Amino acid sequence: MKLETQAVTKRYGAHAALDGASFATGDEARVIALLGPSGGGKSTLLRVLGCLLVPDEGSISIDSKVLPHDDDGALQARRENGFVFQGYNLFPHLTALQNITLPLREVHGMNATEAEQRALELLHRLGLENHEHKRPSQLSGGQQQRAAIARALAPKPRLLLLDEPTSALDPVVTGEVLDVIRELAEAGQSIILATHEISFARKVADWVVFLAAGKVQESSPAADFFTRPKTQLAQAYLEGLSKYR
Amino acid sequence: MKNAGQTVASRRKSTRLPESPASIASSTRRALYALALLAFASAAFHGLFSAVAYRWNWEGVWRYRQQFGYGWLTTMGLSLVAMVVSVVLGFLLMLGRRSPWELVRMGCGAVVELVRGSPLLVQLLIGHYIIANALRIDEPMVTGIILLGCFEGAYLAEIFRGAVESISASQLEAARAVGFDKVQTYRFVIIPQALRRALPGTTGQLVSLIKDSSLLSVIGIEELVQKVKIMNAATYKPLEGFLPLALAYLVVTLPLSHLARRLEGRFAYET
Repeated sequence: MKLETQAVTKRYGAHAALDGASFATGDEARVIALLGPSGGGKSTLLRVLGCLLVPDEGSISIDSKVLPHDDDGALQARRENGFVFQGYNLFPHLTALQNITLPLREVHGMNATEAEQRALELLHRLGLENHEHKRPSQLSGGQQQRAAIARALAPKPRLLLLDEPTSALDPVVTGEVLDVIRELAEAGQSIILATHEISFARKVADWVVFLAAGKVQESSPAADFFTRPKTQLAQAYLEGLSKYR
Repeated sequence: MKNAGQTVASRRKSTRLPESPASIASSTRRALYALALLAFASAAFHGLFSAVAYRWNWEGVWRYRQQFGYGWLTTMGLSLVAMVVSVVLGFLLMLGRRSPWELVRMGCGAVVELVRGSPLLVQLLIGHYIIANALRIDEPMVTGIILLGCFEGAYLAEIFRGAVESISASQLEAARAVGFDKVQTYRFVIIPQALRRALPGTTGQLVSLIKDSSLLSVIGIEELVQKVKIMNAATYKPLEGFLPLALAYLVVTLPLSHLARRLEGRFAYET
């Protein structure tokens, strides 16, 4: 897949979270990591790429198809994507199973049996057998995040977008969730991942987009980025992050 | 299936302990406390009335029991219909105050503030003598129910709005992320979660509605208070009229509050 943005700007009041971000990936990028310091625009870019946010200015295309800017178009486009967020964001009044089946039935038109089958298949694959009928508050952080990944994967999304999926988890659970993401990447799922897990990104990503201050500082194949970062900012960032690991 | 049974059992255990010794002890203790409070209240009540040497006379009042019953049924019947009106109207006003169109937002906001900010008595008088008169609605019961429904609906609108706006931005984002449109977001995410948060305030408001219905006597509806006033005028025994009146309201409002607490328990889940 080829991602391309031109001068994308997204403002919140006076603050521009994205300030004319432009980049293009190679034609065959499949696992794209968005890296950069906090507040640099990773999360906003991820949301814009997934059609969860419509930018104020600029244009985005995926495989030369321009993303729509109107509400209806964005809704249709985002229904083809799966999202996982930092804070799990499961619906607290529904069980793990219902969290997955509800969108399958209401958004993707599956009947109840199909939806339940699909949901159970994913929950089992992600190691959540025996937890299907629990509400999010009865699940641990790692279990919640795996349920959230199951929900995102259930409709077979073209693109899976993960926004710092492990930043709220402890190191052991982080490892478990990253294993899941790595398996998905290896199984051929297209992924965009905003993360601070540098060594994980190094292992799974094939393209890196480095953002700071709302601008794309660097966009290069992962191998090049990690061995020869072009900008000073990226160098400093990588050094800072690898200091204690 | 074995696992499903297990989780159901464990869930029940976590919310309520049906027959553990601890819970029996605590419910016995509560019953004893309730008895003690009741005894204290009765003693105080009795003491006060003895102090002023009040001479009870229930005979005159007893003759009006049928009128009293008729008034009670009228009060409950019109309150029930007004509740439905107020919940529907409160929901619509809440949606209106969250509308994307500024004119609608302002209009609904103005209605809510005017209705909440002025006395029900004045609204009833204007509504009955001016508005209903101008519209040639010659049925005080209909006018009364609509006016009472509007009054409580304005309060409910704010209770509902508070509950809806307390749903976190991350929940709304999750709803967008799974592809829900606006209606689906309300139906599957906002309303189920807001319902629980709105429940205590809503019950309080519905209890108020039942009591506020007593003001409808000013536009000539013969509900309970009006009946008791008529009765008092004939018997000259207002206390014997007003005490049963208070009880007749409590008979409905206390169970309503109790029911609401049970419902809150059922909707309870941690967020």
